Amino acid sequence: MNTLRSRIARMSLNVFAGLGLIYLFLPIFFIVLFSFNKPKGKYNIVWQEFTFDNWLDPFSQKSLTAALWVSLRIGALATVISTVLGSMIALALSRRTFKGSSAINLLLVLPLTTPEIVLGSSLATLFLNQTYINFGFVTVVIAHVMFQVSFVALTVRARIRGFDWTLEQAAADLGSTPQRTFRLVTFPLILPGVLAAALLAFALSIDDFIITFFNAGSTATFPLQIYGAARVQIPPQINVLASMVLLFSVALLVVGATRGQRSEAAKAMKRPKIKIRK
Amino acid sequence: MTLARRADNLGLGALAVSALCLVALGAGWFSGPLNAVVLLVLVCVLAGVVVLAVFGGPEARHLLAPYGLMKPGLLWMALFFLAPVWSLVRISLSTKESRFSVQYNFAWAWENYSRAFSDFGGQFQRAFLYSFIATILTIVIGYPIAYVIAFRGGRYKNLLLGLVVIPFFTSYLIRTIAWSTILADQGPIVSLLSTLGLVDVFEWLRIMDNGKLINTPAAVIGGLTYNFLPFMLLPIYVSLEKIDANLVNAANDLYSTPTAAFRKVVFPLSLPGVFAGTLLTFIPAAGDFVNAQFLGNPNTTMIGNSIQDQFLRQNNYPVASAMSAVLMVSITALVLLYSRLFGTEELV
Repeated sequence: MNTLRSRIARMSLNVFAGLGLIYLFLPIFFIVLFSFNKPKGKYNIVWQEFTFDNWLDPFSQKSLTAALWVSLRIGALATVISTVLGSMIALALSRRTFKGSSAINLLLVLPLTTPEIVLGSSLATLFLNQTYINFGFVTVVIAHVMFQVSFVALTVRARIRGFDWTLEQAAADLGSTPQRTFRLVTFPLILPGVLAAALLAFALSIDDFIITFFNAGSTATFPLQIYGAARVQIPPQINVLASMVLLFSVALLVVGATRGQRSEAAKAMKRPKIKIRK
Repeated sequence: MTLARRADNLGLGALAVSALCLVALGAGWFSGPLNAVVLLVLVCVLAGVVVLAVFGGPEARHLLAPYGLMKPGLLWMALFFLAPVWSLVRISLSTKESRFSVQYNFAWAWENYSRAFSDFGGQFQRAFLYSFIATILTIVIGYPIAYVIAFRGGRYKNLLLGLVVIPFFTSYLIRTIAWSTILADQGPIVSLLSTLGLVDVFEWLRIMDNGKLINTPAAVIGGLTYNFLPFMLLPIYVSLEKIDANLVNAANDLYSTPTAAFRKVVFPLSLPGVFAGTLLTFIPAAGDFVNAQFLGNPNTTMIGNSIQDQFLRQNNYPVASAMSAVLMVSITALVLLYSRLFGTEELV
């Protein structure tokens, strides 16, 4: 079967995929490269000369650093709230079907099928119509939690779909109180899914621009600061901070991947290889 | 106890009523003392459920549990997702007292909608056209990559998948600004094309305009394609990954050519991924304004740019809200039509 023609077809598909990966990395390459540039003027767009200055002084742009700090605080707070709320929804939805669960599923999917600009502008009209809170830190947290809850609920639900709920009954049969069952049985089992969802929610919050733009008032998150700065200047520190975030998340990914492999290997060692059900 | 046996109905009812109360309060259905009444109803309903759970016995608690677990999250969404949609529609039908006023009066002002269409019809068309082309391009680029990773990745599968995701760990804005550097007139691509003498070809393909790559419709579409590629690639990968290799072997054993095996076995089974990817790409792309702003020119603005400009710069909330509402309704209609035509059972 392995004729020359099919081999060429095979190769060309691989080459296409390889080119695709290069395409994906092209801007990343430029971001990292230009973090070593010594720009002439205010825009870090044209390559001038190589320098380590930007990396030696990454926090020289005070407003940029402050904005990064605001983003991290908003991300942390919104992620904690949305992870708790979303995981509770996921737990309720995955146990059994009950009255109204299809309507609730629809409500959860709706924010994902609504463009961000509609979510952002409509929430802003809500805040415009009241006098209790001003646009700022609180409104951004509220906005982030609003779209994170859906993501968390759906992610956690997908992760615990195969969960064996009879384990809870077993615990109850053995005389465990509901609180104890949750602490010792349910929580450890759903924890990986919850953590994965929290990580996703945090990443979404840190990077959100459009919804934040409508609800931030004068509070500047990291993306808003970059947006505002890009009109008058693009300092190379933006590239340095972006490269740092990139390095940090790659490290996180590598750690996660190796730990995941190790724990899977450990599981494979311990557990006899019998597939009871899917 | 009949009340305890009906606890699930009561739990659902309480959830619905309290959500409705929050929508009413948030969207401002009532004014003055009526708001206090709504608040009282809300508190009573919540207290009633708690009382039922405490005194209703284990069966009632069992039936009430899922509603209780969901209540905080769903009420948050009622107040900050459903109520805003209502207030958006309300403002879109309101009039401003004067240009600089912040007071809006609800007046069934349909002229906001006709203004939205007459002044910003081009932006609507471009938003849908650009995101449609970008969605097609993400399939063309994303599908082969997902295919190679899923079927030929072998033990490097996870590594390759990680490589696909890593670029998207940098900020969305920074990536888009990086593209504006790459496509700039002094940038590498333009100089490469002019060295190769391909500028005329690209001009003829309408990708370049007067020797420029940046600030063209092609650049905006390219930016959208790049930024939303993972949303297409990953769902396709997930559905390809699920395919049982034995099915392809069976097709080969039955003397199917590789092309026919792909067309009749692999591709149909990967359609749920393409479907999910299309929604995840088209919807955010249609509302995007970042790519058009950094990579486009004043004649390539999309509806997102206009909404943003009218809302945050001109403070013209009624017309901005009308455009938002039209965008929301047309996207919903498209999604419904699309899922009716190509839909699979499961959306997420």
